Amino acid sequence: MNTATRDGLGVGVAVGLSGAAFGAAAVTAGLDVAQSCVLSLLAFTGASQFALVGAVSGGGDLLAASAGALLLGGRNTLYGLRLADLLKVRGGRRLVAAQGVIDETTAVALAQPTPETARRAFTVTFASLYLMWNLTTLIGALGTSALGDPGVLGLDAVGPATFLAILWPRLVSEPGLRGLALGGAAVALLATPFVPAGVPVLLSAVVVLLVVLR
Amino acid sequence: MTLWWAIVLVSLGCYALKLCGLAAPRRVLDHPVVRRFAELVPVALLAALIAVQTFTHEGALQFDPARTAGLGAAVVALVLRAPFLVVLAAAAVVTALVRVFTG
Repeated sequence: MNTATRDGLGVGVAVGLSGAAFGAAAVTAGLDVAQSCVLSLLAFTGASQFALVGAVSGGGDLLAASAGALLLGGRNTLYGLRLADLLKVRGGRRLVAAQGVIDETTAVALAQPTPETARRAFTVTFASLYLMWNLTTLIGALGTSALGDPGVLGLDAVGPATFLAILWPRLVSEPGLRGLALGGAAVALLATPFVPAGVPVLLSAVVVLLVVLR
Repeated sequence: MTLWWAIVLVSLGCYALKLCGLAAPRRVLDHPVVRRFAELVPVALLAALIAVQTFTHEGALQFDPARTAGLGAAVVALVLRAPFLVVLAAAAVVTALVRVFTG
């Protein structure tokens, strides 16, 4: 097995397993099994999926919850820009490849030495991650529905822990971003008593705008 | 707006955002301010989500000792460079244990 395939399978299978955490979080938030699976099949981008169900579980405004999920999905557009020159896909193949443009596939593809191995790494990561993520979403959702009260198993802590695990590497490699993270968290908490659930998270994006346009 | 509509909106929107990057003319999205905004937004949003999901409940600030301990366990796991799934498991297990002991 060559390096590109091995890298792709390793990341795809390992990260794909955390679909179980998503399935559990979604059902804990009040989604049914079908709704959890549709999100994994169609949205297929972990942070946005967790953001949507997290806001829903807070009894939040659905429009604000959706907007937060879509804002998080905006980074995949940047990944697409980076990958477009590398993948060189057109027509129907581009429509399929687009679904695979996420954190993990981009990271593995961009780490490869040549365009050819990058394309293989993208395909293998996408295929294995898509299969695992959807399979384990179903298992996690079914398992949690059978459970009753997910709070007993501490599953309500899985959502925040997931976000932290996604955010952590960036805070370690770019210490300059820590202030921004603290600012985003503070704005959201301060706004919580005054606006509908889901909106505080969006307000934290305003902090970003201020930093960017400063 | 029902939950199903939110799911459809997020699903279609997330796919469209991915396709935009692959298909869009470069100049449109390559503007430095757009790029910088898109790079920094996840940092603020993820931090906000962590704070809101850990320290609020149904639109009010709430300190939940078990969930806070769970997040602390996730931090320890991350400092020790534990794999992704171990981080999530540590958070869930510690949260559950604290609930058992604090009743």
